Amino acid sequence: MSTGRFVEVVRSGALSTVQDLGRPGHAHLGVPRSGALDLPAHLLANRLVGNPADAATIETTITGVSLRVGQAATVAVTGAWAPVTVDGRPAGWSAPVSVPAGARVDVATAKRGLRSYLAFSGGIAVAPVLGSRSTDLLSGLGPAPLAVGDRLPLGEVAGPPAPVDVAPTGTLTEETTLRVVLGPRADWFTDDAPGILAGPGYRVSTLSNRVGMRLEGPALPRRIGGELRSEGVVLGAVQVPAAGTPVIFLADHPTMGGYPVIGVVHPDDLPLAAQAAPGTPIRFRIVEGVRRGPFLYRKR
Amino acid sequence: MSRVDEGWAAVRIIPVGLRALLVEVPEPAYAHALVAELDRRRERGELPGVEDVVPGERTVLVDGLDDPAGLAAQLATWRPTSARLPDGPLVEVPVRYDGADLAEVARRWQVREEDVGRIHSAPEYRVAFCGFAPGFGYLTGLPERYHLPRRAVPRTRVPAGSVALAGGYAGIYPRDSPGGWQLLGRTDLVLFDPGRNPVALLTPGTRVRFRDVDAPEDADRDVSG
Repeated sequence: MSTGRFVEVVRSGALSTVQDLGRPGHAHLGVPRSGALDLPAHLLANRLVGNPADAATIETTITGVSLRVGQAATVAVTGAWAPVTVDGRPAGWSAPVSVPAGARVDVATAKRGLRSYLAFSGGIAVAPVLGSRSTDLLSGLGPAPLAVGDRLPLGEVAGPPAPVDVAPTGTLTEETTLRVVLGPRADWFTDDAPGILAGPGYRVSTLSNRVGMRLEGPALPRRIGGELRSEGVVLGAVQVPAAGTPVIFLADHPTMGGYPVIGVVHPDDLPLAAQAAPGTPIRFRIVEGVRRGPFLYRKR
Repeated sequence: MSRVDEGWAAVRIIPVGLRALLVEVPEPAYAHALVAELDRRRERGELPGVEDVVPGERTVLVDGLDDPAGLAAQLATWRPTSARLPDGPLVEVPVRYDGADLAEVARRWQVREEDVGRIHSAPEYRVAFCGFAPGFGYLTGLPERYHLPRRAVPRTRVPAGSVALAGGYAGIYPRDSPGGWQLLGRTDLVLFDPGRNPVALLTPGTRVRFRDVDAPEDADRDVSG
């Protein structure tokens, strides 16, 4: 068994990708922002192992991942709660764990939440593309999703692990409530559409991915028909395609959209969206947005 | 140039979430002028925190704002003119006009197939905005009588370098992808390469000329045919 500063993929899980803070700043070229969906979990994992915020971690999806470390390292698993083992022995979750050279780190299927984050001391050091190591599933930038046998290099260790045993984290609830600010195209919908959006009946669809969280539930009726001229779309946009059921744009979202955006999810609630597994009930709570500006709201 | 002087009163500024603004403009020239003004101010450090300035068909999205209402108040007083609009770099795109939809385009334009390339390569285009895929620019400049809708049934695979038309725009597929545009021909130019500087040949504001590689050097560039 060879040694060195790398991790080797033993089991890839349903979908495991390299993620960091993404590549914002290129949207005008059609490049999605990408990056870790549960940003606080990514940042916590890095802090626990002594990495800077922009070090790359591994984001799993539901079924976890197994990795073998080429040499001794510190690892931390955050985000979705899942049993963690090192060479078969239970290890801490949301805690810095020292692992010896050749050890196998297993993250099992998530018991709560959807996406776990694994940080290794030194960070995953694949070559950056446009300033980021993130895998972008929409445009194919960055490394491909992890496959069995892949070897990912680790970078230089930046600092000591955090002096904690277990970091406190919030708890995830059975139902996910997301605050949403109406606009920019709420005026394309009928007056009762916001009430429908805020009502019961929405669930996360199995068709969801890093590009968007698709929902099942009531359609939102339009006041203005037809297509919107293509316009820039932000992270967290609640876009309503022709079928009428909303989609929440996540990190790999297209930079432009031709369907109206009825509202935008509060940035602090995006990590909750990232952890909502298919079937999870979603409740939108409409909150006040930016006020006191020279804004024109013209009814058509 | 007064093209972009009259209509600023019609501009709408719409908040997007808590950290972005969408500015609606009456025609694309205003979006170019506004993006140029925003870029100037960003270079001078006047817009700290702004992550992305994204032009659309009739909009400019400004994302990453700590104080959207503050910028909205400033924006409402700006009157950028097209006189200050930079010319933008000029990219020449060599094209072989042998696309899968050439016959269909000729039929719809009511011209001969061999005239399609001459008509398509006559105007100077400008990248209005990018989207769909990294490096895909939506080019304006084709006279309205040549505008065509998308194909009724999109193709599952359009090869990289395909030069195409739809909905009033010309475009070039930067890589193999599904697509519903009418295919006129292909180019060997690499539109997007993350390892190159610049990564994208076509950025908003870039001027574009298509050149028919099979046409004689002194080909007539007259559109009227």
